[in-house]
Amino acid sequence: MIEVIDIHKQYGDVVALNKVSLSVKKGELFGLIGPDGAGKTSLMRILMSLLLPDSGSATMNGLDVVKDYKKVRLTTGYMPGRFSLYPDLTVEENLKFFATVFGTTIQENYYLIKDIYQQIEPFKTRRAGKLSGGMKQKLALSCALIHKPEILILDEPTTGVDAVSRKEFWEMLKRLKDMGITILVSTPYMDEASLCDRIALVQQGNLMSVATPLAMENSFAEDLWQIRTRKIYNTSKLLEKLPKIISVNSFGQVLHLVTPKGFYQSDKIHEFLSQNGEIEISVEPAKATIEDVFILLMNDHKAKS
Amino acid sequence: MKTNEPVITVKNMVKKFGNFIANDNLSFEVYKGEIFGFLGANGAGKTTAIRILCGLSTPTSGKMTVAGYDVFKQTEKIKQNIGYMSQKFSLYEDLTVYENIRFYGGVYGMKIAERKARTTEMLDRLGLTAYENRKIGDLPLGWKQKLAFSIAILHNPKIVFLDEPTGGVDPITRRQFWNLIYEAVEKGITVFVTTHYMDEAEYCDRVSIMADGKIVALDTPERLKEQYNAANMDEVFLKIAR
Repeated sequence: MIEVIDIHKQYGDVVALNKVSLSVKKGELFGLIGPDGAGKTSLMRILMSLLLPDSGSATMNGLDVVKDYKKVRLTTGYMPGRFSLYPDLTVEENLKFFATVFGTTIQENYYLIKDIYQQIEPFKTRRAGKLSGGMKQKLALSCALIHKPEILILDEPTTGVDAVSRKEFWEMLKRLKDMGITILVSTPYMDEASLCDRIALVQQGNLMSVATPLAMENSFAEDLWQIRTRKIYNTSKLLEKLPKIISVNSFGQVLHLVTPKGFYQSDKIHEFLSQNGEIEISVEPAKATIEDVFILLMNDHKAKS
Repeated sequence: MKTNEPVITVKNMVKKFGNFIANDNLSFEVYKGEIFGFLGANGAGKTTAIRILCGLSTPTSGKMTVAGYDVFKQTEKIKQNIGYMSQKFSLYEDLTVYENIRFYGGVYGMKIAERKARTTEMLDRLGLTAYENRKIGDLPLGWKQKLAFSIAILHNPKIVFLDEPTGGVDPITRRQFWNLIYEAVEKGITVFVTTHYMDEAEYCDRVSIMADGKIVALDTPERLKEQYNAANMDEVFLKIAR
């Protein structure tokens, strides 16, 4: 449904996208996972025909994003990272405007947005600029859907949104996917990766890895230990001195220690810590999360460049 | 290091905008040297409260002091004794690293010799000495955030307010940022922080959670998890704020 072939984009010396290739299947919920500046927005803007690539090509549902850009725009819904509706128009006026621009009416495709729009309908006479963050997001999604697009492109829809609203938003995306809409969504929150069918980990213009969230977690090639301690910061500083260590990072109330495959047993690590005066600790093998994979790939990437 | 000496005291704080009550009778204390997490859903009233505590907005009623100064009468004193940083506003993109430091040093009325000494030490610690003449706009986001935090505590404030400091930052830089927070705490600076990353809530000494203008929970992460029978702070937050 979305094909990206060797797309390259540079701003002066800064490489935003480094010969990126990617394929998103019809009906897939695909996530671009990476921090600010990874190149996610550049890729989405190229797909939406808002930015020209330096080289490479991309098609959306078979339409070339450069040559057939007008058709691409008609069949795609886009929610940019920044709130881009008209703040002086009311909720209802914004929705009506976008429906009219695309030659349709609110009634015609109401079934698509019903679940989402009903939550903001009580405020339909309020100006869009006066809405709360969560409501703006719901209105923007409604406007992106009103022309019944085949593909939906969402640029960081959950950034700066609280944990509860984020959960609700992903539930909405799941329902849209079930209606057959192909969705490309970007996020800096690693914990949202598991909600996608497939994900790409993006860093400094490169796709470091593309797979299902589960395959990605299973691809973790080193040993990972979960360490519980009373003094996260102290224990972490101490572990940095562990011979052959790859990394140690805090994950909420525990530490994740990465060591080369097969190099340590848990009692050896425990011994190292207790010899250095750490008591009341536990060391257990753990399963990698997407964030662990991302950190490992980032370290590999740094070592290579 | 955490103490029992209050640096922020909030008693019955109310802030109304017309009929809308943004802060509905908040009462809490923040102790010197602690990392105080200030959580809540969007629109719960966090930003309103932070603006009052930073001396930028006058509350409707209540009795509040920050660093010992009254939020009604001594806002200028408060501003001199706090640092502030957010994801949205931090540094001037068109100024160089050095110019930004000089600017903020000037705003906070630091003596030139002191500013120069602290600048050298800070750039060295951040590994940014070679970049002091680069424009902020040319630096990666992660560097900017770390620099912005260091500048926010350049004048050695009693309290630093961090409003979503790690939004959009990569997972390694996010953790490096928290190491900077721990270092600041070691020096006795109190940290008041908001975040949407629930794993970061675990790093706080105490966490308060706001909903609809009220503080609905305030305790250590340990005790909140126990109280709400939750495996982590994410679950606590969902149980409270949903």
